[in-house]
Amino acid sequence: MSAPELDLGVRRAARPGGTSAAEPGAPGGSDLDLMPDVPRRGGTLVDLVAFPSRERYRDMVAAFRQDGFEMCADLCAVDYLTHPGRSLPEGVRPERFEVVVNLLSLSSRRRVRIRVQVPEDDPVLPSVVDIYPGADAMEREAFDMMGIRFVGHPDLTRILMPEDWEGHPLRKDFGVGRVPVQFKEAPGPR
Amino acid sequence: MSGAGTTRAAGHGLTTVRRPGAWAAETWEGAQELSERAATDLTELRRETGAVLRLPEGAVVDSGDVDVERTSDETMIINMGPQHPSTHGVLRLMLELDGETVLRTKPIIGYLHTGMEKTGEELTYVQGATNVTRMDYLSPLHNELVFSLATEALLGVELPPRAVWIRMLMVELNRISSHLMWMATNGMDLGSTSMMIYGFRERELVLSFFEKVTGLRMNHNYIRPGGVAADLPDGWQDDVTVICDTVMERTYEYDELLTGQPIFRERTEGVGSLTAEEALALSATGPILRSTGVAWDLRRTMPYLAYDQVDFDVIVGTFGDNFDRYAIRLNEIRESVRIVRQIIERMPPGDYRVQDRKVTPPPRARIDESMEALIHHFKVFTEGFRVPEGEVYVAVESPRGELGCYLVSDGTSKPYRLHIRGPSFVNLQTLPVLLHGGLVADAIADISSVDPVMGEVDR
Repeated sequence: MSAPELDLGVRRAARPGGTSAAEPGAPGGSDLDLMPDVPRRGGTLVDLVAFPSRERYRDMVAAFRQDGFEMCADLCAVDYLTHPGRSLPEGVRPERFEVVVNLLSLSSRRRVRIRVQVPEDDPVLPSVVDIYPGADAMEREAFDMMGIRFVGHPDLTRILMPEDWEGHPLRKDFGVGRVPVQFKEAPGPR
Repeated sequence: MSGAGTTRAAGHGLTTVRRPGAWAAETWEGAQELSERAATDLTELRRETGAVLRLPEGAVVDSGDVDVERTSDETMIINMGPQHPSTHGVLRLMLELDGETVLRTKPIIGYLHTGMEKTGEELTYVQGATNVTRMDYLSPLHNELVFSLATEALLGVELPPRAVWIRMLMVELNRISSHLMWMATNGMDLGSTSMMIYGFRERELVLSFFEKVTGLRMNHNYIRPGGVAADLPDGWQDDVTVICDTVMERTYEYDELLTGQPIFRERTEGVGSLTAEEALALSATGPILRSTGVAWDLRRTMPYLAYDQVDFDVIVGTFGDNFDRYAIRLNEIRESVRIVRQIIERMPPGDYRVQDRKVTPPPRARIDESMEALIHHFKVFTEGFRVPEGEVYVAVESPRGELGCYLVSDGTSKPYRLHIRGPSFVNLQTLPVLLHGGLVADAIADISSVDPVMGEVDR
């Protein structure tokens, strides 16, 4: 990993013209030309959104890492089971699950969001922990909450729920309020 | 790695216990526990004793300086927490000790998990702020802010300037109170009980002001989508000026008490060091990242609210040790006071919430004279307002780092998915690196300097 060449002076003036978060992103422009065949669009805020396929997801994350996105700011999963229909760019087939990765470039002050479709019958995605070690806990959380299995993760265990919990609570078909609180020693409903 | 480790080669490197209809997974290390030392193979042992961090380029550990002969009966695994008073809540650490030296650390969390992200899907956008404010209970206003900013980004409403500046005033005061709380507990962890009392004393000033403005000392539900709940009370300038003067004066007392004190410096300098590369790789943000010399503060680098119009410094450290993190927080209190003073001078007049009838309920006076206003008021508070379909990620700089909110809307009045990127949750990953090679006694100081709030870690 190269030393962070961060030109972030303490007294640096604010971005020219930048007021609050309303500055529009540059859709499709600037340095984000890598993998041009992957569907993408300008995000709602300052960031761009890319929609790689599962096969190209890891390559894309690695490419962004090479391109100066030093930090994996966030990784989470969304269950689109009961969503009436989201807008996706052409060529992207909607699946039940979506894993959303937010990458942050400190040197160019940009964000990029990568949204990968993950099918319900095979919720498996390659892990990016070896590219971004900080994704460790986030992938564990996504596994715990949504049941996405990250192949290559060194320690994919439950992180928030008890170890013997069944099911993944943030899934939309996980019953709310039906199961009494499960304590480890108490006789459960199972 | 006993037992489960043998099945590692199978398939994805992850074994699954097959029960009908449910996924449960085991790891090579067993169920969230540290494995036996004897079961660790040589490569793994080198990596773990060399550095717990998994660096992308596979930073090679020189096998010469790693004692791979160490057997399991020379080391000891102890649990710290979850009831340990120095773990700031219900954080449990498994520490592998060689004598008094910490080798490996595994933070085990989830004891405070209450499914707040799931709850957030059941509450309307109007009610949502009451939910998120309980996550990071030491800086509740930042949680409300990030949720409100995300909702407003989806709604596409523009706030009146006074609402923006009131928000900025409140979150900066909240940063002061949060850092004061940290100063107090950090002092306590290092044996300075006076600092404990002083930190709480000054924080009380800020909380009293919060109570005056919002009605509550914590969990305010004050910053809401569309603005803030109420205008500032009359004479708020005087209250805030008193807070600024007192806190500023007291920070110099802290200097005398801690900063220059030889015992304090001995205990913090060079302890729990982190490099900038490690901090970036582990996604650490906030004072942890800044202590390594990276001047990354979202208020400056990706300004939100009106932070590009106020004058303040981003405090950075050099060595990434506990003392740098202390100094950064102490000086950030001063910078926040500086920002607050500018806000007092420049608070614009006008509305404290957006006058978009879709988002804002009608004022109380209108309800008395108009049936439609009454119905409208009722509708906003029972059904809430509809938010256009879309998704957005918004981040603000909380006292602990990048606090992000990923919000997915399906066009109804409730969030389809609410994900909060808690800085404490992510920053906890630095603990194995901070503690590695240090003493158990310093582990307390390291945990404290990460400043985890377990409500936000577990959500």
